[in-house]
Amino acid sequence: MIVASVISVPQLIVFIVSVVIIAIGGVGLLTARYPVHAALFLVMTLFGVAILFIEEGAEFLAAVQVVVYAGAVVVLFLFVIMLLGVDREEIASFAGDTVRVGLAGVGVVLILAELFVVATGAWATGAHSVAGKLSSGSNIGVLARSVFTTYLLPFELTAALLVIAVVGAVILSRRMGVETTTLDSSPIESGRREVEQ
Amino acid sequence: MVVLGLVIGFPLLGFLVLLAFGKRMGDPGAGWFGTIAVASSFVAAIATWIVLLTKHGSNRTQVLHLFRWFQAGGLRVDVSFRADPLSIVMILFVTGVSAVIHLYSIGYMKRDARFHQFFIYLNLFVFSMLVLVTANNLPLTFLGWEGVGACSYWLISFWFERPTAASAGKKAFIINRIGDMGFLLGTFLVFFNLHSVSYSKVLPEAHQLSSGTAEAIALLFFLAAAGKSAQLPLFTWLLDAMEGPTPVSALIHAATMVTAGVYLMARLSPILALAHAASMTIAIIGVITAFVAAMAATSQTDIKKIVAFSTVSQLGYMMLGIGTGAYIAAIFLMVTHAFYKALIFLSSGSVIHSLDSEQSIRRMGALAKLMPITAWTMIIAWLSIAGVPPFSGFFSKGSVLEDAFGRNELLWVVGVVTALLTAYYMGRLVFVVFYGNARWQEVTHGHDPHESPRIMTIPLIVLAVAAATAGLLNLPYSGLRFLHNWLAPVFGSALVTYHLSSSEKILLPATDAVVALLGIFLAWRLWRRHSERKALEPAVLFKGWYIDTFYDRTFARGGTALAKFSDRVVDPTIVDGAVGGIAWLFRWVGGLGKRVQSGLVRSYLLIMVAGIVVLLAYVLLSAAR
Amino acid sequence: MTIPGSWYLVVAALLFGLGTFGVLTRRNVIVMFMSVELMLNAVNLTFVTYARMLNDVGGQIAVFFVLVVAAAEVVVGLGIIVAIFRHRATVTVDDISSLKG
Repeated sequence: MIVASVISVPQLIVFIVSVVIIAIGGVGLLTARYPVHAALFLVMTLFGVAILFIEEGAEFLAAVQVVVYAGAVVVLFLFVIMLLGVDREEIASFAGDTVRVGLAGVGVVLILAELFVVATGAWATGAHSVAGKLSSGSNIGVLARSVFTTYLLPFELTAALLVIAVVGAVILSRRMGVETTTLDSSPIESGRREVEQ
Repeated sequence: MVVLGLVIGFPLLGFLVLLAFGKRMGDPGAGWFGTIAVASSFVAAIATWIVLLTKHGSNRTQVLHLFRWFQAGGLRVDVSFRADPLSIVMILFVTGVSAVIHLYSIGYMKRDARFHQFFIYLNLFVFSMLVLVTANNLPLTFLGWEGVGACSYWLISFWFERPTAASAGKKAFIINRIGDMGFLLGTFLVFFNLHSVSYSKVLPEAHQLSSGTAEAIALLFFLAAAGKSAQLPLFTWLLDAMEGPTPVSALIHAATMVTAGVYLMARLSPILALAHAASMTIAIIGVITAFVAAMAATSQTDIKKIVAFSTVSQLGYMMLGIGTGAYIAAIFLMVTHAFYKALIFLSSGSVIHSLDSEQSIRRMGALAKLMPITAWTMIIAWLSIAGVPPFSGFFSKGSVLEDAFGRNELLWVVGVVTALLTAYYMGRLVFVVFYGNARWQEVTHGHDPHESPRIMTIPLIVLAVAAATAGLLNLPYSGLRFLHNWLAPVFGSALVTYHLSSSEKILLPATDAVVALLGIFLAWRLWRRHSERKALEPAVLFKGWYIDTFYDRTFARGGTALAKFSDRVVDPTIVDGAVGGIAWLFRWVGGLGKRVQSGLVRSYLLIMVAGIVVLLAYVLLSAAR
Repeated sequence: MTIPGSWYLVVAALLFGLGTFGVLTRRNVIVMFMSVELMLNAVNLTFVTYARMLNDVGGQIAVFFVLVVAAAEVVVGLGIIVAIFRHRATVTVDDISSLKG
């Protein structure tokens, strides 16, 4: 193999395996009949991506990927699926909507074509590093230095964002429930009744 | 020249006071107040005249400058008044006749529901007329011109409960607009060429105008004059104007306002003198108007219509004088005409008043014994207008015809024929109304008509004296041509003098007198015992040559049809169509956009993807370049 | 010799396409959400690849922030889904079209 003569074989094997995992996961996600299965395929894909991260030297991100995505996000998904009791078959996922599916396919193919042009071309601008060299130390060390110095403010903002998101989620789920009950009892009519009384 | 301000100020004061307190003054207080205001103005006019008499030559042109009215670029318009021999003549006879007619109106309008309002309009009219004749620039003249037009409109439709009166007012207003267009365009042309609108500058510099420009200006102002002074083809409004109260017909539509056109042409004589073709046109139109109106007058049955056609005819004579360059003769005729025509109207009004507003001469007759003063004053007026010596009409009409003869024999021939007709139709009126059989029993329900009250007969007598003797103003003998000598400096070189042989100087007045007597004789032969002669009253003349009918068929009905067509077709399809079409277009576009807003998230996403594709393609293409 | 960056980029592009297709075609809101996560991961992979190719830590920092934002997004998104489900008893997007014009 010409490729094998250029690239080290173990890396190639790891790459191919992870790509296969990603492909199976992605296609499975698309075609899964049950949301629970889809979630599991998603975990699979995320693991594949994590492997690629490691192969690219981003060990910290790979770990975070597994912990946050597989550990938190997908669990959250599964939790919601179970909570809502919608772990049943999705009604006619693709069927009866050929025009939209066709259009979606065309759109995706166009995006892919354009992305391939980007991916295979020499689009690197050669701009100088702003955040610092990646190879100047251990991955975690480099990241930590950058996050706690250059990107300290955005980092703090993400903390605030997370808090806001949590509070927002709580309020959303509570508020909507309250509104549902008032809507059912027709607020206008009840208000009128109050006035009459 | 403060006294000139008083002349104009008194009627204005009268108008304002009557406007504020007229209703409280009531009947007849408001009438007396208005009359006194105008009479004071007449006294002030005499004082102004005396002031001018003490001066000589060019000093007789005095300007009273009050304030700047408006200014725009090089255009400067002042409120300034001009007292010169011409405007003094106008002021004197306008205020004099107005005062007499005001007095008469107190009796005539008695017990009218809007008595005080009548005098508000009358005083405003006198004020506007004085502004018109004394203004020292064209825009101020136009202000007065429009003022008298508006008052004329209000007074014609004074009894607006009658639909005919209301529409007659509208008609007068609309037809006068055509003339006003000529006035405005003429003013623009004057300003464009002479860079001023003030008479003090325009008149002395008129000779700078090229002859073509002068012709255009003269014709445009003649259009204005034709509207106001009821010349062909714009005279039809004056006949309908008779719907107004008779004193209004006498004051506005016989004596003063309708002569404004003649005055305007006389005022602009320096321009007219340069425009030979326009002058000839004016003379021809004037003489044709005189003839056509006189013919129509012979067949009318409404007493006021006869007099109205007579007025048109006489105005035609004045225009003939203007056109032939005989400005003084025209002014002379205007003054004498004001007297005898006002008298005819007031006498007619007296008859109408005593017959409970009956206007048809078919239902009159044998009134001479019952209303002697009215009858005798009317006969004096008739002899004056007919041109029987030594009444005023003989001299004034004679001088116009003399100059017409000097200019062109044909004009004179038509003028003389018209004079014959004038004597004839007025004779017909007098005989049918005051002699023959009494035919008014139906109207008065048995009881006899009686002479009008003294407040109406005194003005008749005053005017009768004036009509009989006004010829003294300008006797055709050297040394006695007072009016000529008075006015000649105003017109100067514009005045055309025709030299007639001594035999012509005797023959022409003799012809006039013979023609007048012939007309009277004809009337006496034909109408002494008759009140109706179908053969002599053809429908074409009764209908006024169908000119009014023609206007009605073409312009009035055409305009109505056009309006209806617009209402039926243009408005719903084109105007509403454009509006509705735009609304429909946006609704359609909105409908297209609405389909995008399907509420389906995946449709939005699809559009997003399309956007991503396009954006990426753009980035790639711009990077590849 | 390591694997060239363009390979990773191609894989990322394919993953992105899969995610896009999923978002566009699936009707279950939760599955659509998962597809969005797929797309985010594809972008993350691209970031990491460029970070390696350009030897710049910035790419990895971006991934770090994307992960945080994605977590927040999932929290809020799932909260909305729960609220909608309580109200409408459905998680099929085509049934949720109250914003129709």
